[in-house]
Amino acid sequence: MNIIIAGGGKVGQTLAHQLSAEGHNLTMIDSNNHVLEHSVEQYDAMAVSGNCASKEVLLNASVSEADLLIAVTAMDEVNLLCCMTAHGLNPNLHTIARIRTPEYADQIMTMREVFPLSMTVNPEKQAAKEIERLLKFPGFLRRESFAKGRAEIVELRIDASSKLCNLPLSEMGNVIKCRVLVCAVLRAGNAVAPSGNFVLQEGDRIFVTAPTSNLEVLLKNLGIVPKKAKKILICGGGRVSYYLTSLLADDNISVYLMEKDRQQCVRLAKELPNATIIYGDCSSHTLLEDQGIENMDSVITLTGTDETNMIISLYAGSRGVNQIITKLSRAENSALADSMALGSTVTPRELCCNNIVQYVRAMQNQTGAAISVHTIADGQVEAVEFLVDETTKHCSKPLKDIKLKPNVLIASITHGANTQVPNGLSEFMPGDTIVVVTSGRGVLHNVNDIFA
Amino acid sequence: MNYKMTGRFIAQLTAIEGVFMIPALLISLFSKENAAIQGFLYALVIILAFSGLLYLLCRKAKRRFGPRDGLVCVGVSWIMMSILGSLPFVFSGYIPRFVDALFETVSGFTTTGASILSDVEALPKGLLYWRSFTHWVGGMGVLVFLLAISTGGERGKGFTMHLMRAESPGPDVGKLVPKMKQTAIILYGIYMALTVLNFLFLLFGGMNLFDAVCTAFGTAGTGGFGIKNDSMGSYSSYIQWVTTVFMFLFGINFSCFYLLLLKQIRGVFRDEELRLYFGIAFVSVVLIAFNIYDLYGSVSETLKHSAFQVSSVMTTTGFSTTDFDQWPSFSKGILLMLMVVGACAGSTGGGIKVARVLLLFKSLRRNIRQILNPRKVMVVRNNGRPVEEKVLDNTNAYLSAYVIIIVLSFLILSLDNFSTGTNISAVLACFNNIGPGLEAVGPMANFGAYSVSSKLVLIVDMLAGRLEIFPILVLLSRNTWKGK
Repeated sequence: MNIIIAGGGKVGQTLAHQLSAEGHNLTMIDSNNHVLEHSVEQYDAMAVSGNCASKEVLLNASVSEADLLIAVTAMDEVNLLCCMTAHGLNPNLHTIARIRTPEYADQIMTMREVFPLSMTVNPEKQAAKEIERLLKFPGFLRRESFAKGRAEIVELRIDASSKLCNLPLSEMGNVIKCRVLVCAVLRAGNAVAPSGNFVLQEGDRIFVTAPTSNLEVLLKNLGIVPKKAKKILICGGGRVSYYLTSLLADDNISVYLMEKDRQQCVRLAKELPNATIIYGDCSSHTLLEDQGIENMDSVITLTGTDETNMIISLYAGSRGVNQIITKLSRAENSALADSMALGSTVTPRELCCNNIVQYVRAMQNQTGAAISVHTIADGQVEAVEFLVDETTKHCSKPLKDIKLKPNVLIASITHGANTQVPNGLSEFMPGDTIVVVTSGRGVLHNVNDIFA
Repeated sequence: MNYKMTGRFIAQLTAIEGVFMIPALLISLFSKENAAIQGFLYALVIILAFSGLLYLLCRKAKRRFGPRDGLVCVGVSWIMMSILGSLPFVFSGYIPRFVDALFETVSGFTTTGASILSDVEALPKGLLYWRSFTHWVGGMGVLVFLLAISTGGERGKGFTMHLMRAESPGPDVGKLVPKMKQTAIILYGIYMALTVLNFLFLLFGGMNLFDAVCTAFGTAGTGGFGIKNDSMGSYSSYIQWVTTVFMFLFGINFSCFYLLLLKQIRGVFRDEELRLYFGIAFVSVVLIAFNIYDLYGSVSETLKHSAFQVSSVMTTTGFSTTDFDQWPSFSKGILLMLMVVGACAGSTGGGIKVARVLLLFKSLRRNIRQILNPRKVMVVRNNGRPVEEKVLDNTNAYLSAYVIIIVLSFLILSLDNFSTGTNISAVLACFNNIGPGLEAVGPMANFGAYSVSSKLVLIVDMLAGRLEIFPILVLLSRNTWKGK
């Protein structure tokens, strides 16, 4: 496909990385030549320099031949204008715009009608939603939802005290007394597809598939009491903090929001009546102590710099805070983060790229295409959700008789409202939703790609 | 200072005042009261001469008109209006002393209702009408009236906002609709409609035409000049209840009525100020009713007196159905408190205003929380919306000025050697535009006994209270008169 990416910032770069790996023809537009040079060196893409909302620049980027335009410049308004202009030049063009200004959040649906937008993405809002989900189950480092929230892949860290430590996977069922499937293990930065005699060690991070309804049992039997957070400290008052606080407003949670810019504090205080806004530099330990960091159920670090976030999270960990969530804007840092007790990590730009990549794949292949794609285990493993239909091979056949590609695993089958973790006798039929986990290099575009 | 522009406004205002005097003159002619006719005629000649001369002097006014001009213009025009408005009393010979006549007129325009007359019923009808009419016109403000009738077409009329701000009560005065003239028309429209409604209700209760007009004027402006020596005491229960309800209505922010007309009913009933206003009134009525039950014996009588007095004092009207000076201390205490709180912002009532009390409590609460955690950033909200810091500053400044003026006035009044309760309640009753106070200035007494200096202090207090202090205070500031 011919794809134009307008804006070469963090999201633009990540998208270029992903999409060029999948073999699309990319054209990047940015007004900064330096950024463009870097992109052309890194990824196999064409570069056009200039204002992406101008007709001339778009024509230079051969918009008339393009199938998709992704506008991810820093300005929402420019993104909208870019999509509008481009759509005027090529009515068959699909357009995706990043809209992240909080004031526009309520009018996204109207804007999608008025401006010819196929999709809008809001990385900060997505990150906030992700964090909110994590807060509901403090035991998990990360949760990925599939099949409209009926199936989940959750990430757990194996501590020395865990019941699962030094236990082979085949005996895991006896400990947790419910059916779950470990679909990947991240050990020392490498993703492993585990077999039954794989022995879990301290420091491993495991990715477990389970029906959503089993999550609480899982936590209980692991000895992790899911104590819902009542007092939350958010460090940094940016967009993610704003969205998160608004999401938490109805949940009877006391939110303390710390921000070091006085003006921004006042703005936040005006917009977020339910939160306690604290003015001060959240990297100061005295201030954190004054605000009673050790009494917090959760600390969420959302400042603009990864380093600050990491340091605050480490400090919070040392003060015995139960749940820590760290925002990292560079995915490279998350490998480093694993070696430290940073709790859950959230990378807004990855969440947003996942969405866009998923859209691209769906565009490419309408039937049997992936409904959603989630990258887990630091991007080394992909969990892909497919809808089974009549064109899908091997319907109504026990799984033990189906040969799958290497490194591919069917992690869950949702039939109607019922999600199950499959065994050899399980089968899928048209209408079911299946989640496939793969650590292979090849891309799964269609459900039939999983069969050998 | 834009003297000429101010002069032009004053010329126009006094001309309007002259026009307003004509009905009073006609009433005097009709009832053949020679002294009153003479008073109004002399007054009209002087007003005409003054207004015409001033207008000629100030024809060529520059357009620049800032907030300072607005404040000064309002302050000076109220003083001029009061001086000219007192002339009929002087020339007719019914209130021969100028200071007394001025006190009576200022008390009328500022909707105070404090009187120096011991026998009101002796006044001719023309003067009684004029007295009550000053309430009506002072309630909504004469400048607002001028804005409503002034012919448009002038560019840059945005400056009229300054006039409106200076004359309308409340911490945060805003327009209802984009055009100032329209806003003024809407306000006066609601005001007139409610007054007529009140008048009809009174007529229906068997009140005679003249009494009904004067009582409706006194109620609408939340003024309180009675036309009987015992205020409202001798009227039927029906009329007293009608007056109770209408006094209460005129103490509500007029923008609430406008929202009701626009059918935004939910917004009105969620208004925090209105809720607090209802709440304070309700609690006060109940507490006083329990307290005075022994005096009246029957529940209906007790409730009637309690509700009437609470409504009258809280909206700063000052009518009375009974001598509340005879009530127990607790009830009198509640009434004194209500005097200070006053009615809603944007109504015709006086006092600190419920909206300001609300803001003061909220900002106090914030200060206390910030003492406990100095790092906390908090915004004071009203109806869920953040309140600008400037508004809070002004509210706090208002309270300080309020307290300082009251203390100083009390000190000067003390020279006359009346009881402390009398002096305190006299200052509060005048400053908050209520009218009757307690003890020697109670509902069945009058202010006639005070010395000239005390009366002048009370005149300034009444004006300062009605115009919310600053238009009067800036007149005393040297900076106002300095420079261009």
